[in-house]
Amino acid sequence: MEEGFNAYRQSLESEEQSIKSTQSVVEQAIAWFRAHSMFVLAYGTGCGAIEMPPTFTSRYDIERLGVVGVATPRQADILIVSGYCSPKTLKRVIRSYEQMSDPKYIIGLGSCTINGGMYWDSYNTIKKLDDFLPVDMYVNGCMPRPEALIEGFVKLQEKIRLNSSEAGYIKYRDNYAHYRANQERLFGAQVAPSYEENFAGMN
Amino acid sequence: MVLIDCFLMLLLAYGFGFLYYGLYRNLSARVHGRFGPSLAQSFFDSVKLFVKEQSTTFGWMFYAGPIIMATGAVLNVLFIPFINHGDSLQGLSSSANLIVVLYLMVLGPLGNALGVGSNGNPFGVMGITRGLTRLIALELPFYLAVIGVMIDAGSADFSAIFEAQSQEMNLLKHPLLFMAAFISFLGFMGKSPFDVVGAPQEVYSGPATEFSGKFFALLLSQSAMFSFAKLLLMVNLFLGGADDLGDLVLKTFVLFVAATFIGSVYARFSTIQSVEFLMRIPTLLGIVGLALL
Ligand code: SF4
Repeated sequence: MEEGFNAYRQSLESEEQSIKSTQSVVEQAIAWFRAHSMFVLAYGTGCGAIEMPPTFTSRYDIERLGVVGVATPRQADILIVSGYCSPKTLKRVIRSYEQMSDPKYIIGLGSCTINGGMYWDSYNTIKKLDDFLPVDMYVNGCMPRPEALIEGFVKLQEKIRLNSSEAGYIKYRDNYAHYRANQERLFGAQVAPSYEENFAGMN
Repeated sequence: MVLIDCFLMLLLAYGFGFLYYGLYRNLSARVHGRFGPSLAQSFFDSVKLFVKEQSTTFGWMFYAGPIIMATGAVLNVLFIPFINHGDSLQGLSSSANLIVVLYLMVLGPLGNALGVGSNGNPFGVMGITRGLTRLIALELPFYLAVIGVMIDAGSADFSAIFEAQSQEMNLLKHPLLFMAAFISFLGFMGKSPFDVVGAPQEVYSGPATEFSGKFFALLLSQSAMFSFAKLLLMVNLFLGGADDLGDLVLKTFVLFVAATFIGSVYARFSTIQSVEFLMRIPTLLGIVGLALL
């Protein structure tokens, strides 16, 4: 058996081919359009948010990849949660996420979204964003440079193009009870109303 | 025959609308010192939005808003001739005149107001209030200029307006009227310094705030087509119309690039400032231009 970097790359490519072979041309085209047009709702929860303006403006110009910022969750495809979340912030993040229309994805920016980062023993921030919302792509670092965020976008683009059924919004719908239980545990009586009935009739 | 003609016109307006919108994003990126997205980016965006899910509903009026706007844009494209002679690319322009076209131009903002009014989003309402206030100020100089053009041609028919410009185009004959119309045209195109309606950082997306998915895509497509219709109207009124398709592309392109560059370097006026400015400078230019006729 072949070994090394090329072998690894080939195994990834063959995996991509096998997923693509199950999709029709129309599905592939739609996935391509989705991957090349990403509207971002950038939620500046933590200090990592300071790296987003250079990513979006002249210095790094992420609009080259078809990524633009939008001002309202209704039109957004991607939610960037940029760093630590206090329960109070998380409540707003969840509401914003639930107002977005499918297909939607989440990028967790910074170590704080992965495991709490340097706030892991803080008394009022959450440790793991994935317990409450389905994160599609993590960008680690404290704080991640714009290059890292761009890399994250490129990886997410590949994921969207494959149109896999493991996308976060599908996971959220299928495992809503799990996410909801975590949210209820954190927020207690102040939890926002459930959106579960809205899932009825969706594929 | 007319049907094929109309279909062709809509197709051209759709294609050029998105191409110009892409070009606008690209050119303003260059002004900012960036590379900007690909030319077809806006087209990708609209296709993606058409296949995205629609998540909100506020009753049928909410959906009727974008449809009324799109109707206005489509009718405008069909009623403005693309070419200044012959039978091709004339659409329905022989059964309409300038007054009908001007009337249809305000259908868009009204449809928008109806749609936004039904969703009650405060940013949408703020955006539309700004839009309608600005519209009053925009129309004054534009209509003065158009009246001048109609007096010069002795008719409101496009064919008479082309006829009157066969020797010398209105831009050279009546430069003051052109300047008055061009300043309002910047506002009609939503360019700075008059872009108070969808002003980011102030009212988020303005009137489009609550729209998502297909209806947002419809809004984007109609605005691309409507922009092309406005370019066409300016070309027909002041640049003598287009002799052929190449001429059409050239003239609309020059106007478009001028508007884009001016829009990229100016900061935004507040609503009151833009109303005051439009009521003073271009209106004065229009009145003097009319007096000199
Ligand atoms: S990962 Fe670092 S930079 Fe990002 S929010 Fe946490 S502490 Fe701040």
